[in-house]
Amino acid sequence: MEGIIGYGASIPRNRIKVEEIAKVWGADAPSYKKGLLVEEKSVPSPDQDTITMSVEATKNALKRAGIDPREIGAIYIGSESHPYAVKPSGTVLAEAIGATPEVHTSDFEFACKAGTEGMFVAYGLVKAGLIKYGLGVGADTSQGAPGDALEYTAAAGAAAYLFGREKVVAEVLETYSYTTDTPDFWRREYQYYPQHGGRFTGDPAYFKHITGAAKGIMGKAGLKPADIQYVIFHQPNGKFPLRVGEMLGFAKKQIEPGWLVNKLGNTYSGSSPLGLTATLDISKPGDIVLIVSYGSGAGSDGFVLKVTERINEVRDLAPKTRELLGKNINYLEYGVYAKFRHKIRKAE
Amino acid sequence: MPTPSRYWREIPQRYRLEAGKCKNCGFVAFPPRLVCPRCQSRIFETIILADAGQVVTYTIIRVPPHPFSDQAPYAVGIVDLDDGVRIMGQIVDSAFEDLKIGQRVKIEFRKIYQEGEAGVIYYGYKFVPE
Amino acid sequence: MREVAVIGVGMNKWGELWEKSLRHVFTEAAILALDDAGVDKIDSMIVGCMSSGLFVGQEHISSLLADYLGQVPVPAARVESACASGGLALRMGWIEVASGLSDVVLVGGVEKMTDVNGNEATYALGTAADQEYECYHGITFPGLFALMARAHMEKYGTTREQLAMVAVKNHDNGSLNPLAQYPFKTCVEAVLSSVMVADPLRILDCSPITDGAAALILCPVDLAKKLKKPIVKITASGMATDTIALSSRREITWIESTYQAAKRAYAMAGKKAEDIDVVEVHDCFTIAEICVMEALGLVEKGKGGKAVEEGLTALQGKIPVNTSGGLKAKGHPVGATGVAQAIEIVKQLREEAGPRQVKGAKVGLTQNMGGSGGSSIVHIFERG
Repeated sequence: MEGIIGYGASIPRNRIKVEEIAKVWGADAPSYKKGLLVEEKSVPSPDQDTITMSVEATKNALKRAGIDPREIGAIYIGSESHPYAVKPSGTVLAEAIGATPEVHTSDFEFACKAGTEGMFVAYGLVKAGLIKYGLGVGADTSQGAPGDALEYTAAAGAAAYLFGREKVVAEVLETYSYTTDTPDFWRREYQYYPQHGGRFTGDPAYFKHITGAAKGIMGKAGLKPADIQYVIFHQPNGKFPLRVGEMLGFAKKQIEPGWLVNKLGNTYSGSSPLGLTATLDISKPGDIVLIVSYGSGAGSDGFVLKVTERINEVRDLAPKTRELLGKNINYLEYGVYAKFRHKIRKAE
Repeated sequence: MPTPSRYWREIPQRYRLEAGKCKNCGFVAFPPRLVCPRCQSRIFETIILADAGQVVTYTIIRVPPHPFSDQAPYAVGIVDLDDGVRIMGQIVDSAFEDLKIGQRVKIEFRKIYQEGEAGVIYYGYKFVPE
Repeated sequence: MREVAVIGVGMNKWGELWEKSLRHVFTEAAILALDDAGVDKIDSMIVGCMSSGLFVGQEHISSLLADYLGQVPVPAARVESACASGGLALRMGWIEVASGLSDVVLVGGVEKMTDVNGNEATYALGTAADQEYECYHGITFPGLFALMARAHMEKYGTTREQLAMVAVKNHDNGSLNPLAQYPFKTCVEAVLSSVMVADPLRILDCSPITDGAAALILCPVDLAKKLKKPIVKITASGMATDTIALSSRREITWIESTYQAAKRAYAMAGKKAEDIDVVEVHDCFTIAEICVMEALGLVEKGKGGKAVEEGLTALQGKIPVNTSGGLKAKGHPVGATGVAQAIEIVKQLREEAGPRQVKGAKVGLTQNMGGSGGSSIVHIFERG
């Protein structure tokens, strides 16, 4: 069987509350909190970026997998905030964990689903028998334009997945991808902040692709929502994943363990991957878990996983997601947040 | 301000904490070197340093050197790693009031600084509270 | 080995010397030394300068300064040991005379630090530390000494006030030195309320950025007697190295290189710490003076702070330290410091120190240090 042999998360310690952002822009904080179902979001320190968080998440995944990094055959980081426009993030990660030089690396991008893309290809190479272990990471330090609605949710975090054929923690039963060309959210080259289509990002974008992928993968696997213990959807805000879950016939308690966005914000390529790490943290052997990501542009990747006995041996070998979410929290004022996020124009 | 080659050459140390252990007397050189300062032997084996330790001393830099101008104030300390090797690094993710000699810290991979908006980004190790 | 004497000293007023270039600053001091010695031709020249390359983009200053002094084709060398470059120049000059190779040697030190901005100066000074494993992590020179200070305070109970008293004492002395950069007094409150640079060190714990030069003329004692000059002999030169990275030292609060250099010097001169009447030490930061006092054996290990508080090292104390005002009040044009320390001791032993005079001073010692203690150079001087 092939599947996840190790998983790990990394979440920065800084947070900023919706009220703090709303105060600066003269917005109505309670309606934002109610409308988004988000209270606060994570903010990376100036010394954290997609690469550093990927390294820390991968170290946690390696603790759980217990493998020699030199045997990793492929390393993929999916992000929409790679530190360089040209020079891979994956090579830094590969060096940091000691997987070089015999390894394939590429950086992935597809808005918020770049993480599951990396996971999909890493898994695929393992399943095809081309490599022994593959690493797929979803990580982002997304930027929200000041004063824009997305500023309340654009957050930072990373989740890493190692795939292999032995000592599997969660077997991959099925994969599926649903893709169309839908310009709901984009960023042109040399632009600092992304743009989006407002309400167009809802039904024709997020909901269409997630339901398309969820129905497609459940059909392929012959599963109904009742057969599935837990489901994780991409979390751009608190409401969308609950609504799409309801639309598909899932109960709130199936969604809750992986629903982090109210305290974390939208970690973009890390969003559903981190929801999955949080879910694996509390899962039991035999649990069927469905994860459906969403990336604007647009597309959704789905995985159906079956948790094995090995989860009991590995879950405590590295920090749990909700532990990281609640640990050593440092609340920021808007000014410090703006400085950390390079929104202040300085003399060169 | 390092050149790409000066930075790249130290990657095994900065990313993975690779050190050289003298095969004759056990002295650990970080970074690795050619001659053991203790016994003058020239044969070393590569080892990886421990990833946690305790703070020996620390300071808070308030007047930073140029590449770190936006980062001040920040804490820098000397840490005794659990394998007995002593190294210097920034201590982050901690309120300054909580810093203490003897405090337990562990290593995390972080950005050290970058060469302006167009230059190389330099990574390395920093310490966070355990 | 011949006995070596200092027969001429020369030093200009130190400070931010905007109108004077490096060549000008050096030549001014060198001329004063030549005139004081009553010689106009030298056999050799050694110049200490930490980083003319980074500060003014000029290397090859051995020849440049030999030319500007009108001494070409004299053999000349520029030596470097970070902030101990001046002391190293003195040592090299002493070796050249003692060995018999040269008779009249000019030993000089110079640094021109104000042609670059503060950041660039800090960077240049930082090259004395481990570039890849200290500076890479954002440490500065005040930061390195702050690490030592905190450790010293934790281990021995040295207090913030005691550190401040070092600065106060040195300014008391500096206020009596017309050549000092900052010839004014200060007080503990002023030090403790000055802006924080690297916890726990504040700006008034730190020596300044300075332009300046200093020069000495050395010759064999026999020649000095012939020239009928007051004889001040250099009776010892001791040098020792240590790791430049602070984290590689055996003990962070102890300057081993100073201890080793002093041990060699004491042995060479046949003297002990108790025999020294007046001392010039490298107080780049207040904590440095305390650690150096301990390493020189002037006080017991760990008791440096207390000794300063009790006035042991004040001008009227049992062992006056830094009667010139030290690096703190006199200034610290890096390469010149080691030479200027020697000049103060020579003046003391010649009884030319005016209001700073230590009565009956017969034996003096200078301690010059590079970086955070990576190199130390100790010289002992005696009245001839």
